[in-house]
Amino acid sequence: MAFNYDQYLRVNKMPTLWCWGCGDGVILKAVIRAIEKSGWDMDNVCVVSGIGCSGRFSSYINCNTVHTTHGRTVAYATGIKLANPKANVIVVAGDGDGLAIGGNHTIHGCRRNIDLNFILINNFIYGLTNSQTSPTTPQGMWTVSQKNGNIDPTFDACQLAIGAGASFVARETMLDPKKLEKILVKGFAHKGFSFFDIMSNCHINLGRKNKMQSAMENLEWIDSITLPLKKWEELPAEEKMNKFPTGVLREVVQPEYCDMYAQIQAAAQGKRAVLTQNDFAKKI
Amino acid sequence: MAREVVSTGNELAAKAAIEAGARFFGGYPITPSSEVMHEASDLLPEVGGVAIQMEDEIGGISAALGASMSGVKSFTATSGPGISLKAEQIGLGFIAEIPLVIVNVMRGGPSTGLPTRVSQADIGQAQYPTHGDYASITLCAGSLTECYTQTVRAFNLAEKYMTPVFILLDETIGHMHGKAMLPDLAEVEASIVNRATFTGSPADYKPYKAEMNKPAVLNPMFKGYRFHVTGLHHGDEGFPTEDAFQCEYNIERLVGKINTVAAQNDGLDNEPDYEEFMLDDAEVCLIAYGSIGLGAYEAVQKLRAQGIKAGMFRPILLWPSPAKKIAEIGARFKDKIFVTELNMGQYAKEIERIIKRDDFTTLFKANGRPIAPAEMVAKVKEMM
Repeated sequence: MAFNYDQYLRVNKMPTLWCWGCGDGVILKAVIRAIEKSGWDMDNVCVVSGIGCSGRFSSYINCNTVHTTHGRTVAYATGIKLANPKANVIVVAGDGDGLAIGGNHTIHGCRRNIDLNFILINNFIYGLTNSQTSPTTPQGMWTVSQKNGNIDPTFDACQLAIGAGASFVARETMLDPKKLEKILVKGFAHKGFSFFDIMSNCHINLGRKNKMQSAMENLEWIDSITLPLKKWEELPAEEKMNKFPTGVLREVVQPEYCDMYAQIQAAAQGKRAVLTQNDFAKKI
Repeated sequence: MAREVVSTGNELAAKAAIEAGARFFGGYPITPSSEVMHEASDLLPEVGGVAIQMEDEIGGISAALGASMSGVKSFTATSGPGISLKAEQIGLGFIAEIPLVIVNVMRGGPSTGLPTRVSQADIGQAQYPTHGDYASITLCAGSLTECYTQTVRAFNLAEKYMTPVFILLDETIGHMHGKAMLPDLAEVEASIVNRATFTGSPADYKPYKAEMNKPAVLNPMFKGYRFHVTGLHHGDEGFPTEDAFQCEYNIERLVGKINTVAAQNDGLDNEPDYEEFMLDDAEVCLIAYGSIGLGAYEAVQKLRAQGIKAGMFRPILLWPSPAKKIAEIGARFKDKIFVTELNMGQYAKEIERIIKRDDFTTLFKANGRPIAPAEMVAKVKEMM
């Protein structure tokens, strides 16, 4: 039987504002399928988005939804999750939203290991505002703010998340929605900060001046810069440089922030001893 | 029975928040308000609440807004530079109608200014903290007791009008340590206002479908009433719109639900919006607020001892201002009005706007030092 998306979508908000061929719709479908696979009750799900094309993600999905300001998704979601530890919270942000203006909140969300599912829709450009350089724009590419080629070094979003302490870090592309769905299900089940770097196309605002004027050309380029982790590991060091490994890059069990806060509450209420450094000695 | 406590203004603000029902605090360290966070982080876990020190000021208010929009009463605390950083999120609070109490313990500015010294120069910022059109509610505590009572009131106003509310302390009041009489806890609990909720069918729920000058009705999240919160202009169901009629209606309603309502009802609640001290038979009216009001009590008594019939008007609700009362004072005292504040005349400008005259006397200070009663006395004597 065909999957019924309607019960998960706000069908009266269709069609989406996204451009023809945009990867955001593929990712939206994958997220919905992953929610269904995870058995989540939509009344208990909150989707928080920021500003940019990805910002509209929250308005299309039929649950508790919040469209916040530019870059602040993780901070708002932190408040929602801490106040409602049983809720399933998904954060959606673009590469500009989550890595530039909101980079600080992303770092500290990872560090706290709070149980949020952070989906970075990484299309390598500021799409909504017409082609400005983002932290993931490859060096040398044309942008409206760097017409002679981007000189800013490129961020590896997953390296950032790993360095900051996220306990689940994965990368996938929208080229293979089944694989994407699978990795989302895995991350949704993980307790702690789940960071997904999902590479997507923007043939309109990245592609048009960078010789990828169709969605297919843009996707072929994404395909050419990604390969599964195992294969990436076999590459000689100099070839690893500009390739991005896909799959689960980190999956570890670490204390989750809401759980730790529950211990603080228990201690404050006299139900257990106050936390000491020894409680976390293994980590230190 | 009233409760006698020995505490500081900052600690009393945190205590009041929790007794008013707050269960979430998001903040960031800043002088001179940090003690509000310290106290919140002690008290909130005891009652099952959460206090989190976020990575920056923006994160602090964002987390608090997130918690509040999910249905949990929340607050944040900071000082002027923190308000500047939080400004964009305060705007989301206004347009999306998220209740939030923002404690601002004022220090000297602009920029880093005078971090450890007293100021009242953020009252203009409290009126217009962010871009766009909206109306702000701002309370100003003039004693240790008011740090408690006005914080409770700030929560009640935030929930009633579905909006961020400022409670202004200044460095002197915030760090003042002494005895305060607090209302009985049962009395406080009986006064608590909680936001309205929609109880009909979720299919009929339209959170932002509100009559002119009425607030939105935001149900708690995760209870079957799904809706969309956005900082964009939105229609009845909370979804983005650029419809000209809708956008105009939104702004008129956001401003009207506070300013028009306050003008029509002579205030926003049944609490006193100002204090009159020895004003009945007075021939000269001192106007002061916050910690400067404390000095003005003494100045009034010193002037009376010297045969000058002085009195004081001390506003507590700064925005929207008690305009009717100020107009009365303007008509009654003519040029025998003395406005004193710790800035270059931000409230004096409001007096001038209401009484439509500028023939009154002022004493401003913006160097981080308080205004001594003797300075007020000397200035008033020049007037008489």
